[in-house]
Amino acid sequence: MTSPAESRPRDGGIEAVLDRSGLAALVTALQHRGRTVIGPTVRDGAIVLDELDSATALPYGWGVELEAGTYRLVRRDDGAAFSHSAGPQSWKSFLHPERVRQWSADRGPGGGLTVREERPQAVSYAFLGVRPCDLRAIRILDLVMAGGRYPDPAYLSRRTGAFLIAVECTEPGATCFCVSMGTGPAADAGYDLALTEVVDDDGHRFLCRSGTEEGADVLAELPRRAADDATRTAAVLGVRAAADRMGRSMPPVDLRTLMRDTLEAERWDDVTARCLSCGNCTMVCPTCFCTTTEDVTDLTGDHAERWRRWDSCYDLDFSLLHGGPVRSSPRSRYRQWLTHKLGTWHDQFDSSGCVGCGRCIVWCPTGIDLTEEAHALHREASGSQDAP
Amino acid sequence: MTLTPLPYRVVDRREETRDTATLTLAPSGEPLAPFAPGQFAMVYAFGVGEIPVSVSRILDSGRLVHTVRAVGAVSRALHGLGPGAHVAVRGPFGRGWDTTAARGRDVLVVAGGIGLAPLRPLLDTVLAEPEAYGRLNVLAGARSPDDLLYGDEIPSWRRPFAQATVDRPSAGWKGRVGIVTGLIGEARFRPPDTTAFVCGPEVMIRATARTLMHQGVDAARIQVSLERNMRCATGHCGHCQLGPLLLCRDGPVVGYDRAESLLTVREL
Amino acid sequence: MTTSAERPCGARLLAALPADERELLVSLARTVALPAGTRVFEEGEEADRFWILCSGTVALDIHIPGRGSAVVETIGADGLLGWSWLCPPRQWHLGAETREPVLAWEFDAAAVRALCAERPALGLALVTLVAETIGERLRATRTRLLDLYGPSADGPAP
Repeated sequence: MTSPAESRPRDGGIEAVLDRSGLAALVTALQHRGRTVIGPTVRDGAIVLDELDSATALPYGWGVELEAGTYRLVRRDDGAAFSHSAGPQSWKSFLHPERVRQWSADRGPGGGLTVREERPQAVSYAFLGVRPCDLRAIRILDLVMAGGRYPDPAYLSRRTGAFLIAVECTEPGATCFCVSMGTGPAADAGYDLALTEVVDDDGHRFLCRSGTEEGADVLAELPRRAADDATRTAAVLGVRAAADRMGRSMPPVDLRTLMRDTLEAERWDDVTARCLSCGNCTMVCPTCFCTTTEDVTDLTGDHAERWRRWDSCYDLDFSLLHGGPVRSSPRSRYRQWLTHKLGTWHDQFDSSGCVGCGRCIVWCPTGIDLTEEAHALHREASGSQDAP
Repeated sequence: MTLTPLPYRVVDRREETRDTATLTLAPSGEPLAPFAPGQFAMVYAFGVGEIPVSVSRILDSGRLVHTVRAVGAVSRALHGLGPGAHVAVRGPFGRGWDTTAARGRDVLVVAGGIGLAPLRPLLDTVLAEPEAYGRLNVLAGARSPDDLLYGDEIPSWRRPFAQATVDRPSAGWKGRVGIVTGLIGEARFRPPDTTAFVCGPEVMIRATARTLMHQGVDAARIQVSLERNMRCATGHCGHCQLGPLLLCRDGPVVGYDRAESLLTVREL
Repeated sequence: MTTSAERPCGARLLAALPADERELLVSLARTVALPAGTRVFEEGEEADRFWILCSGTVALDIHIPGRGSAVVETIGADGLLGWSWLCPPRQWHLGAETREPVLAWEFDAAAVRALCAERPALGLALVTLVAETIGERLRATRTRLLDLYGPSADGPAP
């Protein structure tokens, strides 16, 4: 149902302009619908993702300064809520949590086993402030966790029906390269609502468009005004300008082929001299999905549980076969991570595993930059000395 | 069931060698879906853990047959179970042997050590319908005569050639001595019309495939069963990656045309 | 390609030789039938012959005091038995005993060496195929040194 306050945007949803109170009403409306609203908020010197009691918890007036191995909060004069790029967490923490119990088993007096499947409690999430790169990351996780022959129930229970509010990027970080990966800074699909934040002489506001019926229903409940051309233009220009201000870029080649053809490159030795095998990059990556299993028993010895927890391909035990690990050298483990992310992910899940968010660059303790590594591999492979 | 295992109980245990036993498991309740030759199950020893184990015989009864070698904590626990013990099992998982591709062709089965276990259901399939295939050759390598699996069954596979060879003969061993590739020259098959099925240690797989290709067997017609760390078996944990392959999903059986380049990159 | 079932003796082994050279070489062979349990040669004896097995199996062994005769390898149909005749000191390093009745081509080593001296192309081809056999056995031996099927006591396993 469309009221005069809505107009039709290019993709068929409805479009309106929200001010700060409209954004606050959005959070409240979602809570009234029984949803747990997760969004960015300032804590411990970073912009983290957490449950929002209200929109006042959003990081109004905070931005971030990013570089390889560097993350710093900075004050902004404009009071913008979404002028920051990726923080240390991603939505993976909520959709594919660090630890999940999968089943539990009890041993009866005769030794017989009863195994109880874990029935995940359905969570009704609303994610506010999903950047376009992270929107793509969620789509990639969908392919990995739910797109194959065995959809993962723990993932589905959190993902199914999750309400996604994308926020287009107008302030890319120095480590961002979504343009290279084709994932941003505009949000093209996969959201219920998409916001573009505009702060100019006409005030602080959000151009909001719906991508689903539910999105349109929610938007229709909010205090809003009709989308005007000035706001539309400012939004489009802001996103377009962001595309031109990407801090990083990938070499303009087919990365999948580059990874496949450089498995024995000398560059891997160079990067290994800097890599600590700490696994930070895998923890902060919004698509790294690897897990391991833990089997635990209680003190009686008659109750056992299977837990799944995040694992990292940098862990020596990750590739353990009887006799020892297949990837015993740090070189092989960094290579596994990068070639999987940019290359073999395509073979496995019909998609790149990288969305260009730059988290792995920021949170690497030694500042290893995968775009720099890709450029170096490309230079080595093509025998050229072109600057990146 | 794919994530949550179903309870089974051990109904039979047969000691195969000093460290290897074959367990027959009967479902305590609902059985798992039927397995195909070369597929594997995740078998859980209560309170210890879970490992992938291929089926070493396929029964119509819904019972599962697994040959387990005691090499780690879980496999030692399973190996030590006797009739009446309880386990939990999930599966079937993975791509097994493509026997359809071998119909009308000579069949060459090359096994090393415990690698014979996942090949036995394939042999059962071929021998159940021998007229559908050409000549069957079975080449089995083992460390010593005492380590040889299914020694009493080997003669029944001779259509026309089945031989075991050992690295370390014991006194009185009348069979062959040497590695399993040494038997290829004696096997009776027409390389261009042959489908080969190979399972064993990776070094043995590479050596066997190289010899077969040199003799004119097409790499795509050499099916090999590969092994990597497996945790979830459902394609979600990432542990069993071999380059582009998730072996729990795209394997464990892979054509050597795909496997060759992956097995020659160290630490891939 | 012919099959093992129908192929003539030595077909695979001698396939690399040009047809006329192969005929010349084979003309030096005599067919021998050795019953099971025949000692074909003993360690230390002069290596003055070699054989291409047509059927049956021969075990190569070495005598260890207290352990008797240890078999190190067996050679089956189409295999080359003996290469010590090729280079000095031309003595057998191992003993050989038939495990089952063996049909083989036996070659007089001196005659073959003389033919090779006369026809260097044949000589090179023959040395190449003997080297191929030696290489195969060296690779096999190295593989066995790895003890691939052995207990993996050196590392943990799930």
